[in-house]
Amino acid sequence: MTALRAVLALAMVSVAVVLQVSLFPHFAWEGVVPNLALLVVVAAALTRGPEFAAVLGFAAGLFVDLAPPADHIAGRWALALVVVGYVAGRIRSDISTDTGAGGRPGATAVVIAVAASSFIGTSVFALSGLLLDDVGASVGQMLQVILIAVVWDVLLTPLVLPLVMAVFGRLWPPQRVAVA
Amino acid sequence: MGLRRSGLDRERRDGVRRPRLSVLAALLLACAVLMALDYRGGQSSPVEPARRVMGEALGPVESATASGVRPFAGLSELFRSRDSLRDEVDRLEQENADLRSKVAASGFDRSRLEQLEGLTRAATTWGYALAPARVIALGPSQSFKRTVTIDAGTDAGVRPDQTVLCSDGLVGRVIRATRTTATVLLILDGESVVGGRIGVSRELGFLRGRGEVGEAGRLDLELVDHAVTPSEGDAVVSWGSEGGAPYVERIPIGRVTEVYSSPRETAKRAVIEPYVDFSALDVVGVVVPDDTEGDRSLVRADGGVR
Repeated sequence: MTALRAVLALAMVSVAVVLQVSLFPHFAWEGVVPNLALLVVVAAALTRGPEFAAVLGFAAGLFVDLAPPADHIAGRWALALVVVGYVAGRIRSDISTDTGAGGRPGATAVVIAVAASSFIGTSVFALSGLLLDDVGASVGQMLQVILIAVVWDVLLTPLVLPLVMAVFGRLWPPQRVAVA
Repeated sequence: MGLRRSGLDRERRDGVRRPRLSVLAALLLACAVLMALDYRGGQSSPVEPARRVMGEALGPVESATASGVRPFAGLSELFRSRDSLRDEVDRLEQENADLRSKVAASGFDRSRLEQLEGLTRAATTWGYALAPARVIALGPSQSFKRTVTIDAGTDAGVRPDQTVLCSDGLVGRVIRATRTTATVLLILDGESVVGGRIGVSRELGFLRGRGEVGEAGRLDLELVDHAVTPSEGDAVVSWGSEGGAPYVERIPIGRVTEVYSSPRETAKRAVIEPYVDFSALDVVGVVVPDDTEGDRSLVRADGGVR
C-alpha cells in the first residue's frame, strides 16, 4: 500500500512535468510557464507536512532536472524543490496553530504558501546557477522570470491545488496524519 | 511511507509533525552530490546515462502529449506576447463563428504543409539532406535555458552535434539524442556560440545568444577583425565548423539591426535579429549525412524525398 501510494505520487509528479514542457508552452508568457511540479510539492506540503514534501520535492526536482529538454546541471531543481517542500510544510504548521489542530489551510493561506514557494523555488534555482556558473541569463532577466513565475503559479493555484490536495488527502487520510 | 509511523511520537501539541533533520540533511546532501557530479563531469558526466533513461521513458509521452494538444493550441502561439494574442483574438472575433472552426482546422493542416514545403525548399537551396522533425517540448524560462525537444532521435539518424534548421534559417544544434527524441540547444541560448560570416564583406564573427526568446530574442555579434564595421541590414550566415559539426556552413542566421562601438572595447558589437521566429517553431530539419537510413523519409538535397 505504501509502495502504491509512492508510485501514485510519482505518477502525479511525472504528469506535471510532462504537461509543463509539452502543453503549457502554448500558454507561455515571455517563455515562463506555470511550475506544475512545484505546485504538486506545495500541495503535498500543505496536506502532509514538511518531511514528506521535502522527499517528494527531491523526486520531483530530479524529474525536472533529467526530463528532456532540460540541460542545466542536474540537482538544481531537486535542491530548489526540497527547500520549497520544507518551507511550505513549515507554513502549514504555522497555519495549523492558527486554525486549530490539523486544520486544513484556508484559501488565502494556500495562495500565500504558493506565492512564497514559487518565489523561493525559482530564486534558489537561479542562485544555484550563479554559484555553479550555469546561468544563461542576466540577473535582470532572472528577476523578471521569477516574478512572472509567481504570477503564473498563483493564477494556476485555484485550478490545481484543490485537486492535488484532495488526491493527497485521499491517499493519506488526515486522521492518520494529524493526531491532535 | 515508513517515515510516518516512526514519526508519530514526534507529534507536537498542535498536531503537526516536526520534520526530522536527518531526512532533510540526507536530501540536501544528495542534491549537492548530484550537482557536484554533473558539474565536474561535463560531457562525460555520470548523470548523462540517467538523463538518457529519462529521455527514453518520457520522450514518447511528451511526443504523444504534444500531438494531442497541437490541433487545439497550435505551436505557432508559443511565447506570443499578450498584445499579439489580443490582436489575434480581435481578428478572430470578426469571423463568423461557424466559419472560424473550419478555418482553424484546415488552416492548421495548411500551415503544416507550408512548413514541410519550406523544409524541402531549404534542403535544395542549401544543399543538405534533412531529417524532418517537429518540436514536442520546450524548456521553461524558469530553467534559464533555451532548449527544445524534437521528435526525431537516433532511430532517424539524429546524433549529437548536428545542425538543426528550419525553412527560415538556423535554429540550433543537437546536444543529446535518445532513440525517439533529441534535445536541441537554440542559438538564442545564453551559452550558444555560432561562427558567422557577415554581409558582402564575408568577415568572420561570433554570435552569442542572450537567453531571451520571443519578440526580444536577439543575438550579439562580435567581429574577429576589429577594423570592420558592419552596417545595418547586413545578412549573417553561418561560418560552418570543421567537418560540419556542430554547424554546417552557409545557413542564414539573421540580419544586423544595431551596431555599437564603445571606446572601452576595441571590437565593434552588432545586434542580430534572427530570421527564425522562435516563438512559432514547429517543423524543423536536422542536417544528416546523405546516406542516412532511418525510421522516416529524408528530404534529400536534390529535393527528393526518400
